[in-house]
Amino acid sequence: MNRLDTLRGPVAPLDHNARTIAALAVNPGCDRRALLDAAGVDKQKTAAYVGHPAPFGQSPFAITRAASFDALVKANGCAHLLRLLRETLGLSISEAAYADISDVGGNDSHQMRHTRTRALLKRAAAGGDGSCTLFDHPLLKLTVAGHEVYLEPSIIAFQIEGRFHVVEIKSFAVVDDQADAGQVAAAARQSAVYVHALRELFAAEGLDPERVSHDVVLVCPKDFANHPTATLLDVRQQLAALRRQLSRLTRIDRILEELPADFTFDLETQSPDEVGKAVGSVGARFAPECLSSCEMALFCRAEARGDGSTDLLGRTARDALGGLESIPAVLGLADESRPPSPEQLEIAEQLRYVRRLYTEAIA
Amino acid sequence: MSIMSSYARALAAQEGRAQPVATVRHVHLSAAPMVFIPLRLAGEAAAPLAAMVGTDPENPRLLVVPQPRNRDLRFAFMAELADVMLPYIEGFAEVVETVEAKTPYERYADAPQILVPSRGGVAFTKLLGRSTRFRRADGPYPVHPTVPVLGQWLTFFADRAEYAGSSALVAMTDALALHFATGQSPMEDANLATQLAWISPPDGQSGAKAALAAEDPLISPPAGPDTHPDFDGQVLEHAIRAYETSGSEAQVREALRSQLTPTWSLMWHAVRLLRGLPEAATVDVRWVRDREQFTRETARLAEGGSPRGRVDSAVRAAIRLADLESVVQTYEAQRAFDDPLVMIEHRVAGKAFTGEVVGVDAARRIVPAGKTRPAPRPLVTIRTSDPVRLSPGRKLFSSRNRKQRTEVVGIDGDLVVLQINDQMGRGASPAPGSLPEVGDVVCYAELDPGGGQRPRLPAGEDTPWTHGGPPTPYTPTDEDAEEAWS
Repeated sequence: MNRLDTLRGPVAPLDHNARTIAALAVNPGCDRRALLDAAGVDKQKTAAYVGHPAPFGQSPFAITRAASFDALVKANGCAHLLRLLRETLGLSISEAAYADISDVGGNDSHQMRHTRTRALLKRAAAGGDGSCTLFDHPLLKLTVAGHEVYLEPSIIAFQIEGRFHVVEIKSFAVVDDQADAGQVAAAARQSAVYVHALRELFAAEGLDPERVSHDVVLVCPKDFANHPTATLLDVRQQLAALRRQLSRLTRIDRILEELPADFTFDLETQSPDEVGKAVGSVGARFAPECLSSCEMALFCRAEARGDGSTDLLGRTARDALGGLESIPAVLGLADESRPPSPEQLEIAEQLRYVRRLYTEAIA
Repeated sequence: MSIMSSYARALAAQEGRAQPVATVRHVHLSAAPMVFIPLRLAGEAAAPLAAMVGTDPENPRLLVVPQPRNRDLRFAFMAELADVMLPYIEGFAEVVETVEAKTPYERYADAPQILVPSRGGVAFTKLLGRSTRFRRADGPYPVHPTVPVLGQWLTFFADRAEYAGSSALVAMTDALALHFATGQSPMEDANLATQLAWISPPDGQSGAKAALAAEDPLISPPAGPDTHPDFDGQVLEHAIRAYETSGSEAQVREALRSQLTPTWSLMWHAVRLLRGLPEAATVDVRWVRDREQFTRETARLAEGGSPRGRVDSAVRAAIRLADLESVVQTYEAQRAFDDPLVMIEHRVAGKAFTGEVVGVDAARRIVPAGKTRPAPRPLVTIRTSDPVRLSPGRKLFSSRNRKQRTEVVGIDGDLVVLQINDQMGRGASPAPGSLPEVGDVVCYAELDPGGGQRPRLPAGEDTPWTHGGPPTPYTPTDEDAEEAWS
């Protein structure tokens, strides 16, 4: 049993997915999240156990809708998808084969599926007879912070103009060729994770990673109907950001070194108080954005509130306040009850000035 | 976010109560605004689920779609919504005032105002407008005749909401954030319940604690358009199933009423809070614009104007963008000149300063560039303790006379020398009262309330090929009218 298993306790580890990796990359400095994810800890359960249940969930209506749209696009060997690739994107695909990798001869273990995905992709890349194959339920592998995770993109299409494309199916609507910017951005970040994982796989197999296109095929419902439409989404920028963030991710080993050998988040043997202390002893970097992406966010926010941290006010406010870490420090420098350190001289002068004008104006 | 509003947030967190970031009210508040809280089915683009709507705090109208996946029920809902909204909107098209101008014209004396809880409500209003404005009362999928009319109005309101300073369709969380800094993040301020908890916490409770309590979806259900996932799974799903088996919508109605009533109360609470602030000087000027736009839209619809197309033409989009930018500039300037608290942000940034006039050279005459005869160009010297970051030549305006153009001539220590360029009458020397006097406390800022000049754009029919050539004007099509809504 390794250290990460001890951390998690005697339960099956929770899988990383593209969403969690994308979220991790958004907040790379957070040791707490990195460690909990690496150990496969169920953050949702843990957060509820320590009295700060996650502030979000998914509506059954949204889940049904996403599943039915996914099924629609993939029905009949991805007939809809093929039509979209031909018509909407103007790609010359005569006919296509379809390979489902959701299990390998009845075995659906991750290891088996990944090996199969690898073999199929390698064969496709080596053969290159110009025919198109759609791989459904492929399973990729990626090393995140020294820890291997499996990833399942919607579909990988090979080959369109000689390259591999990641196809992402999302159920948010594209109305009059416009979609919600936040949702498109999230889809781009997630797809970038798949492209990155696929390129890593190619590199490991001695193939040219550039054969994986940075253009992701995004399939969404068109207008208010259930009819799919496709767009090419360039994720180069997200890829670059992801690569940079993943390389900066704190190595899990370094975090583990600082923890006692019997350290654990095991919900079965530890009281809520003990788990809370254990979680709290690993450094976090809270930002209000965590509230929509991390199950532990409310725990971390309560902690930040206890510390009077400027993180509570949002990243832009914190930056505007010269990066000062605590609210009492901001107000102390402003009302001169706290002497500034040499590097705080400039922000202290600004804060004193702001306080004087503010007090005058509301008087 | 500026250092001033961030400081106010820090102060709010410390004091346990929201702090003011405005001393006057910068939004127009109608005597009888219509509060509109729409809900949609999670996961769908624009499937209306319910709405609470009305102008009387004591008497909200609750509209529901007992099976949100049923297209006919959706259109029945929109027709019912039209029953509530159209009489309200069209009721303002009665009292007319005549505007004295070179060519006198008429405009309505007042205009409708719709208040939604958050930006999500504005976006959903836009989608509701988009999904109904092309419909027709005849043809293969006829709808009630009022539905496309409502669709056009909702489109109009959602469009107005993109113009800075317009009060036709207001997201309450934005209106509150203009006036109060809470001790939480701007992201969390998008939740009306927690934002209000910081602004007016119950007696004896800190804003932080009240906001925490307000996060409980059982106490303050989401203000929409999305409902809470737990509510969807534990209550709504069963209620919809009950409707399907029994045909009675009572259970769905009661479930949705429980989700909407708390937000309804919060909305009117927020209205009362904002009413408590005195109205800023230029609020009326901006409301006049809203009234004029309302007058134009009423006339356009009366002439059977076709619904706005799916996509704007190149010229129209360029004009719209230029207008949007220009009103932002005007609005920023007006707000700052109306409110010393808002002006602080510009003073801290070095773009504005306040000080005492210590010298006036009223007799100065020079030959301005491009002219042949000398004209009065007085110099005014102001002593300020603000950290001015303006270079000579910068054009400034003042709260004293928002039309008078001035420019920076020089800055020497805490002394700023300005040259006054116009608004001094036609005489050889400046008209009395047109210049500040020694001892006056004045505020000058690099903010132009006049807005920018709209760039010269070709007429629609002269659109160059680079922009797609002359656009074919939008004509309503059968496909648009019959578009699926599943």
